[in-house]
Parts: sequence; C-alpha cells; structure tokens
Amino acid sequence: MIARLSAYERVGRFAAIAGAALVLLSVMLPWAYGKRALDDMTYFFGPSPLQLCGAGVAAVCLAALIAGLVALPGRGPTMLCWNDMARVGGIGLAFYVGAVLVAVAVATGGLVNVEAGGWLAFGGAVLAALGGLTLPDSPQATLSHFLTPSWGQIAAIVVAIASALFAAAAAVNQGDVEDFVVFGVWLAAAIFLVRASGVFAWLSLAAAGNRQVLVMAAFVAAFAFPFTQNGSDANMSVAAQVLTFAGTAIGLNIVVGLVGLLDLGYIAFLGAGAFTAAVLSKSAFATLSVDLPFPVVVVISGTVASLLGLLIGTPTLRVSGDYLAIVTLAFGEIFRITMNNLDGTDGPNITHGSNGVPGIPNLNLFGFDFGQSHEILGVTLTRHANYYMLLLVVIALIIVVFTNLNHSRIGRGWVAIREDEMAAEAMGVNTFALKLLAFAGGAFLAGVAGSVKAYTDTSVSPDQYVFLESAFLLAAVVLGGMGTVMGVLIGATILKLLPEKLRFFDDYRLLLFGALMVLMMRFRPEGIIADERRQLEFHDEDEELAEDVETELVVHQAHHNLEGGKRS
Amino acid sequence: MLEVKGLEVAYGRVKAVKGISFGVESGQVVTLLGINGAGKSTTLRAISGLVPPAAGEIWFDGERIDSLPAHKIVERGIAQSPEGRRLFKNMSVEDNLLLGAFSRKDADGVKRDLDRVYGMFDVLSRRRDELAGLFSGGEQQMLAIGRAMMSQPKLLMLDEPSMGLSPIMTQQIMATIKELRSEGVTILLVEQNAQAALSLADKGYVLEVGNIAFSDTGKALLKDDRVRRAYLGAD
Repeated sequence: MIARLSAYERVGRFAAIAGAALVLLSVMLPWAYGKRALDDMTYFFGPSPLQLCGAGVAAVCLAALIAGLVALPGRGPTMLCWNDMARVGGIGLAFYVGAVLVAVAVATGGLVNVEAGGWLAFGGAVLAALGGLTLPDSPQATLSHFLTPSWGQIAAIVVAIASALFAAAAAVNQGDVEDFVVFGVWLAAAIFLVRASGVFAWLSLAAAGNRQVLVMAAFVAAFAFPFTQNGSDANMSVAAQVLTFAGTAIGLNIVVGLVGLLDLGYIAFLGAGAFTAAVLSKSAFATLSVDLPFPVVVVISGTVASLLGLLIGTPTLRVSGDYLAIVTLAFGEIFRITMNNLDGTDGPNITHGSNGVPGIPNLNLFGFDFGQSHEILGVTLTRHANYYMLLLVVIALIIVVFTNLNHSRIGRGWVAIREDEMAAEAMGVNTFALKLLAFAGGAFLAGVAGSVKAYTDTSVSPDQYVFLESAFLLAAVVLGGMGTVMGVLIGATILKLLPEKLRFFDDYRLLLFGALMVLMMRFRPEGIIADERRQLEFHDEDEELAEDVETELVVHQAHHNLEGGKRS
Repeated sequence: MLEVKGLEVAYGRVKAVKGISFGVESGQVVTLLGINGAGKSTTLRAISGLVPPAAGEIWFDGERIDSLPAHKIVERGIAQSPEGRRLFKNMSVEDNLLLGAFSRKDADGVKRDLDRVYGMFDVLSRRRDELAGLFSGGEQQMLAIGRAMMSQPKLLMLDEPSMGLSPIMTQQIMATIKELRSEGVTILLVEQNAQAALSLADKGYVLEVGNIAFSDTGKALLKDDRVRRAYLGAD
C-alpha cells in the first residue's frame, strides 16, 4: 500500500503525520510561563480551552492524513478531500501556533516565556504544514453525489448553525485582545479546513433544498445567542450594535447591491430615523415629545427617512455613477451639519445641536420593561439583551421585505437597471421610478433601524452620523457580497465586531480595513457570499467558455449540414 | 401603423439623423439599410424614446409618441431588440424573458408567451435557468428577439440581429424573422447584411449620412444597381 506513494510524498506525508501528532501531544504540556498569557496555558495534562481548540484542528488534520493514506490515489475519488484537508489543516495549525507564540510574547514580555510545550507545538505545526505541501491535490469529493435522507440534511444544517452560534458566542466572550486574535486565527483555520474537505459544497446543496429549515435554524440560533452571554451587558451591547448596523446595511444593499447606485451618504437615513424617534420620545430633551405607541414611532421614523430619500433622490437620480456618489456624499454631510444647526441659535431648536437628545427613556412594550434585566430559564437577560431581541424582530422584518422585493417583478427591474440601464429602459422598465423606489425603500429600512437605535443607545447626537459610518456600511455590503442577505450579515458582523474587540488597534483600524478591502478585491471581488447573478461578472473564464461552446456548436452544425447535403 | 415625419436627432451638436421620413404598414417587414454611422440605430432609439428627437414627428397607431418616455412607448406596443443584443448577462434566460414582459400586467398572457418563446427556441427552453452571458452569440440573439417578443409588440424593431454571428447562425436568425413575419408580426429591421435583409423585406429604405437616399420594395432594391454596388459587393 505504502509502496505506491512517491518517495517525495512518502517523506512529506509521514513528516506531516508526525507533526500533527506532535501538536496533539504538546497540549498536554504547558505552552507558556505565566498565567496571564492567553487563557492560562501553564498546566501539565490540563489543556486550556484555546489549546483544546488547536488540538481539535490537529486531530482532524491527523485523521485526514491517515484517511488519505488508506484511500490512496488511483483508487478513485473519496468522500472528502483528505489531502486538501491535511494540507490546509497543516498551514492553519502553523498560523494558529504562531499566533499563540506571538500572543504569549506580547502578553508576558518576550518569547522567553514560551515553554518547551509551545516550541514543540510550533515545530510540529511547521512540520505538518511543510509535509502537507508535498501531498497531491485531492480529486473532487464524492460527498455531493451522496444522497442523505432529508432528516440527515436538516440535522447537518442544525449542526452547522449551532456551530456558528457557538463560534460567535466564543468570539464575543474572548476578553483580551490576544485571546480574541488567537481565537480568530483558529476559527479561520477551522473554517478553511472544513471548506477544503468539500463539506461546504454539500452543505450548500442541503441548504438550498431546505431553505425554510435554514432560516428557522438561523433565527432560533440568533435568539439563543443572549442565553450564551449570561448577564454580560457589554457583549450584548456589541451584539445590538452589530444588528443595527446589519439592518442598515441590508437597506443599503437594495440601493447598492440590487440597483447598483453608489450611495455614500446612507448613514443620514439611519440618523433621520434615530432623530425622529428621539425627538418624539419622552426624553426631557425631546422637542416634540408626544405619547405615541412604539410601533407608530417606528413607522413615522421610517417614513421621515424615506421622504428624505425622495427629496434627495428626485433631483439626483437622473445623474448616475460618479455624480450620484458625490451628491450623496455631500447629502450625508449636509444632514449632519443641519442636525448640528437645529439648536435654537442657528435655526429652530429641534435637535439641541451637537448635544443631541440624551436621556431617551427605555421602552415598555406590553408590560415588558426593556430597561430591566430579566431572568429567563435561569439566564439573566440584560438591558441590551432585551434590545437585541427587539432588533432581531426588526431585522427579520427587514430581511423579509428585502427578499420579497428581490424576488419580485420590481427586484427583477432593479437588477436589470444595474446590469444595463439603457436596455432596461428599452424593455419598458420605468427606470427613474424604480430607482426612486429603491432609494425611498432603502431609506425606510434604515429609518426603522434608526428608531430602535435611538432607544438602544438612549441618546442621539449628530456626531454619530459621520461620513466614515457611511463608508463602513458600504464596506460591509461589498465585503459580505452585494445583493445577498447572508453576505451582508457576515460583513456587518465582521466590520462591527472587529473594532469593538480590537480596541488595541484603534489607531490602525482604518489601515487594517483598507488592507482587508484591497485583499478582498484582489482575491474574492464578489464578496464572502457571492450573489448567483453576479458571479459571472467577476469570472471572465466563463465567457471564454461560452465562446468555446459556440465554436463547437458551429463546427457541429457545419458537419450536420454537410452530411445532410450528401444525403439529399 | 408607424409614421416617421422629418425626424431629426442630435447628439450634442452633431446631427446623427437629418430629417428622415418613412412609414411601416401593419404586417410588413421594412428594412433600413446603410453603412455605419448612417443613423439607423439612432432612428430606432428615437422611436423607442431612448433618445429625444430634435425635430420631427413620430406617429404610432394614430397617436403622436415622440414625447412619450420609453416605458410608455413599450406599453403602446413597440418593442426593440437593441444593437449588440444588450442582454442582462448575469440574469437567467427566464429573468431576461420576464423583463421583456415588464410592462405587462396579465400574468396568464405572460405565461403563454413564455411558452411560445420556449417553443420557438428549444435551446432557451432547455437552459432557462442558466445565465444569459453563458450562451453563444447566436443563442443570445435568439434570446434578445424572444425578450423583445415578450412585450407582445405590435411593432418589433430589430437592430442588427446578425451582427457578429457566423453565417449559419445568421441563416437561423433570418429564418426566425421569416417565421415571425408569417405569424403577422410587423417588423422594422436594421441590417448590415443587405442581401439577407432585402430578401425578407416588403420595403427597404437606404440611409446615407442621416438622410434617406432612396426607397423601394425589397425585391426591387436587390436588383438596384446603386444598392448592388454599395451593399452587395457587385462591381
């Protein structure tokens, strides 16, 4: 069996096996001197959670190496891409252990504090990575041809969603910057490992066949999230911010992702909603304080934002491309400055200028006080957890609106405008009206998100609605994947969570995002999740493919005609 | 059915169409011939309302349409398959066809016409969920014609349907146009391939730099010396 391996691969494979085993065993040893480093990696035979995470990847990598040995090349495709898994796993391990060593050095003041176990793990990981590079590519995994019963698919979806929930909870729960970074590196390694196996391809097929199960599971997981954060209000505050940001980004996604209009002042619509809700609230500083039920306030906020959208859209949507970007950019700034000037000196007092409207009282819906912590199932749900739940309902509505629009006749018209506005016009699409509708509709969704944001933050002030926020919203849409809901949710989470957890990098935050965007544009321009309608746009090879097919067809036809000619 | 009177269209200061007049009778195939830059495509764009005319009148079914927006003109029953096909490449075949029917409100009728287009073009029927950009040039042209048919037009305007196609594909497309004519669809055809266009056409107009130089029936133009020299490669 082993004789059929090339000498080169044999050395590599066994080196990788040894390396992965070494990493696996090393977690029984202390990796660091000093309990402060990461989550205390100082015990013999007592691996810390982060060490266990690494051991998990090492174990999977080892299993893949051995499975690849049993299922040798020449025996046809295997169920999973064992060699790819082993290779990606090895590289991931090297990155993970490397990150651990750096983190230990940063936390304890130098690499001297790395114990023998840590060096052993690093050596093993490098060995596994180098060994893995010698392995040949796997043939395509056969898992996708493997038909599982529907309960199996549903179980897989539930497991995947549950893993995502645990990963998110664990990421948010990492207290220190070092822990968060190491966990992030590990998570990336684990995701790439699973992707290399070919499981994602199968999972996306299963998900496509069980869309409702997927959506249900995702929402159950999202509702379950606060229960993983027992009593930590700080974490739930971050989570609530993520949801507000994501909801707004989905609204922007209509304008940018579906219709293809570049809006650089979108944050103004969130601000319009927030200010409307604040001014109407029962805060002592509210200037129009009226006693309205909350759902009415939400609708009014959305309407005000969409009226603003109409106001800015009517004159500007006739221009396109760069001009629209400039006009919306200016509009965003005008909004902020106007809110600053409605302070009683430069204009009527509506917003108290730069002080904004503080002290917005908590919501009380159906006797449920959003300001209090509530004990549910033995878990404390804090103030922000309450708002998180409310935001989840709002975002669910936003997603329902977005998906229905996307799959309607209107959505089709929008995408047609993005694809080729002149052709859309020739087809009888009223392009101006549809663009205006997108502008107003997107603004409405942002306004709704803004109204909840006002209550979540308890205060609204103009300086929260600067251009940078618009840029981040746009980045979330582009990073996640234009035109998709899932992608934008992921993009928004990444862009909101990273700065919260990486306060340490605050000064370099923009630099980091700039680098991230450049890398994305280079390696995956369609975003993390690709819209099926957009994939072609970024892959020219397929057009070559189309030409090949045509040539073949012409040749085929010519043959056909010749034969026909001979016969007659 | 369609009356164009003294139509002028200008892009900025350049006049692309300098006062042309022609008509299309119901059930006819009428072709506009002319070299590049003669103003053929601009004329079609003006009829569709995609560019505003600088002067002149366009009448359709007794109604003056030259100041209507494009989507209203589609509603009146004029469809265009634009130059270069202009498909929505990242959308499926079916989405492309449904966009052709964007102006229609009768869901049943749309469904019926969808089946009709699929019946005409087998390749579209078999690959209806695939992205339009993945199709060959000839198949894309079929889709472009099918898409224009989806608005149930009284007048179908085809702008250079044979552009960039192999001779075999051109033949197929011309056969399709013939078929549409036999079904009674009125067609305004702009073509560079004069031979193919004139053998189909009831009437032909020859455009030279924004003016109509002369016109006649398709058959007569095929034999006309000026046409033969300029467009059919005869000495």
